[in-house]
Amino acid sequence: MVKIDAKGTYYRDLNKKVREAVEKGEKEIVLENVNGQYYIGDGLRAKVSITVEGVPGNDLAAFMDGPTIRIKSNAQDNISNTMNSGKVIIEGHAGDVLGYGMRGGKLHIRGNVGYRVGIHMKGDKRQGPTIIVGGNAGDFFGEYMAGGLLILLGLEGDGPIVGDYLGTGMHGGTIFVRGEVDGNMCGAEVGVMEPDEDDMKVLKDALADYCADLGLKLEDVMAKGFKKLVPVSARPYGNLYAY
Amino acid sequence: MNHNYQKDISGCGLTGLISRKRRRVSGSHIVKSLCLMTDRGNGLGAGYAAYGIYPEFKDFYAFHIMYDEPSVRRTVEDVLKASYHIEKIEEIPTSPVKTIPISPLLVRYFVEPLKEKLVGDVEESDFVVSTVMRVNSEIEGAYIFSSGKNMGAFKGVGNPSDIAEFFRIGEYEGYIWTAHTRFPTNTPGWWGGAHPFTLLDWSIVHNGEISSYGINKRYLEMYGYKLTLLTDTEVAAYLLVLLIRRHGLSIPVACSALASPFWKNIDRMDEGEREALTALRLTYGSALLNGPFSILFGHSRGLVGINDRIKLRPLVAAIKDDVTYMASEESAIRAICPSPEKVWAPRAGDPVIVDLED
Repeated sequence: MVKIDAKGTYYRDLNKKVREAVEKGEKEIVLENVNGQYYIGDGLRAKVSITVEGVPGNDLAAFMDGPTIRIKSNAQDNISNTMNSGKVIIEGHAGDVLGYGMRGGKLHIRGNVGYRVGIHMKGDKRQGPTIIVGGNAGDFFGEYMAGGLLILLGLEGDGPIVGDYLGTGMHGGTIFVRGEVDGNMCGAEVGVMEPDEDDMKVLKDALADYCADLGLKLEDVMAKGFKKLVPVSARPYGNLYAY
Repeated sequence: MNHNYQKDISGCGLTGLISRKRRRVSGSHIVKSLCLMTDRGNGLGAGYAAYGIYPEFKDFYAFHIMYDEPSVRRTVEDVLKASYHIEKIEEIPTSPVKTIPISPLLVRYFVEPLKEKLVGDVEESDFVVSTVMRVNSEIEGAYIFSSGKNMGAFKGVGNPSDIAEFFRIGEYEGYIWTAHTRFPTNTPGWWGGAHPFTLLDWSIVHNGEISSYGINKRYLEMYGYKLTLLTDTEVAAYLLVLLIRRHGLSIPVACSALASPFWKNIDRMDEGEREALTALRLTYGSALLNGPFSILFGHSRGLVGINDRIKLRPLVAAIKDDVTYMASEESAIRAICPSPEKVWAPRAGDPVIVDLED
């Protein structure tokens, strides 16, 4: 295990140190006194575990392929942009535009998230991304979603669980919301339904991992019902230019 | 001055703080906060606004004026002398900074309008506004970039730490601070175009792009405002001054005019609220700010933070003791307040309004 003190370190220098440690074959890296350094873990392709102490800057884990990053506090915007595999665990709240175009791996957030989380996530037959949010989310949750799994828990039960334009433009993937969903807040392409047995199995598998990461009890999380949101048309704009 | 920088694309960064108990804090804090976000800008503009910095001249309007050429100074001073009692004139203290080889001549004046010039029912503050508009639009190469009482803006072309060193920001103490690092997108990076933008004691720092600039500009021009600083943020500053000071709207109502709810949400409101917001949108349609923005605006009684209606720019707030912080990034707050009691992301269009205690 190697510890790197990030106090006052410019982001380029910090990320260079992280890369050098990874190239040396280090499997466990702890970044201490992080505050605002951008691009941590970006493009890293390795089996390595990185712990971040402090609030990391924007664009963490972009294009990341393999590592596990645990953030012990809040985090900022644009995390896991186009991430391919690995995992990001955030023990606090996180900001806007998380998991943009994410194509694999997991993003587990204990607290609230901001706007545009999970927009344009995509999956295919081989792999799909999973984002699980423990708190509430802002507008445009799952906007333009094309694949993968997006789960919103609202565990604290304070305030509206999700904002407006939920799943607007969605044409693939699945969103599960714990509790009720206000149809007025959903995009026109979204169908709201009750999860079936297969869905519950998917949910349980994903949430078991989430609960293990964040010290929660699965039965508490599963104690409340879920709604399942899926696109009701696979190609909602397929005829856009046909008229 | 070279105004011919090429268009470049990115974001800006802003930060601010207010001590509700009017404890004056050194500018070094806000500098430290802003410098954490240096990379949000590109060195083509940075600035600071502070309230409570001129207690010994608190009854005078503090005009900060930049002169592109020293020769313009005389022209402006003749205009001022004709209409104002000038309590004090001094060059704004600056320190030499290697990365800022050229700067305008920067002079500040503590003034009050001569009573005999206030004819009819003209208010003192209206008179000051007309002076600012006249100098900025009619006198080539002179800009009054700060005109409030017991407050001041300090700004220029440079990165946050260099501009702070240049203006010796650490030597001022204020109970409200705002600061900005600029990445000019559509307009030139020049000294007058750096943030904050101010008029009287209203100051604005802004991250984003006001796409409704043309509509807002024409609307403001009908009320005599002259838009001279070549950038969109100027309209936000003047709109707030118009709506709050001249039209007497409360701050929350003015915020609802600038970032009003969508019609589909207004339609779902209770009758009273629906009627009020419908009237507001119809009356102030031309004051609606469209496009992405997060804004901090300071005034003599407090600090307000607000986002556009769909949160296309970041804004985070935090509280510790009697101080409220707002910034583009949480880490910029934690740079000067490592353990806030509460941290939150304000919702789109939902202003954070903090008033000073009396």
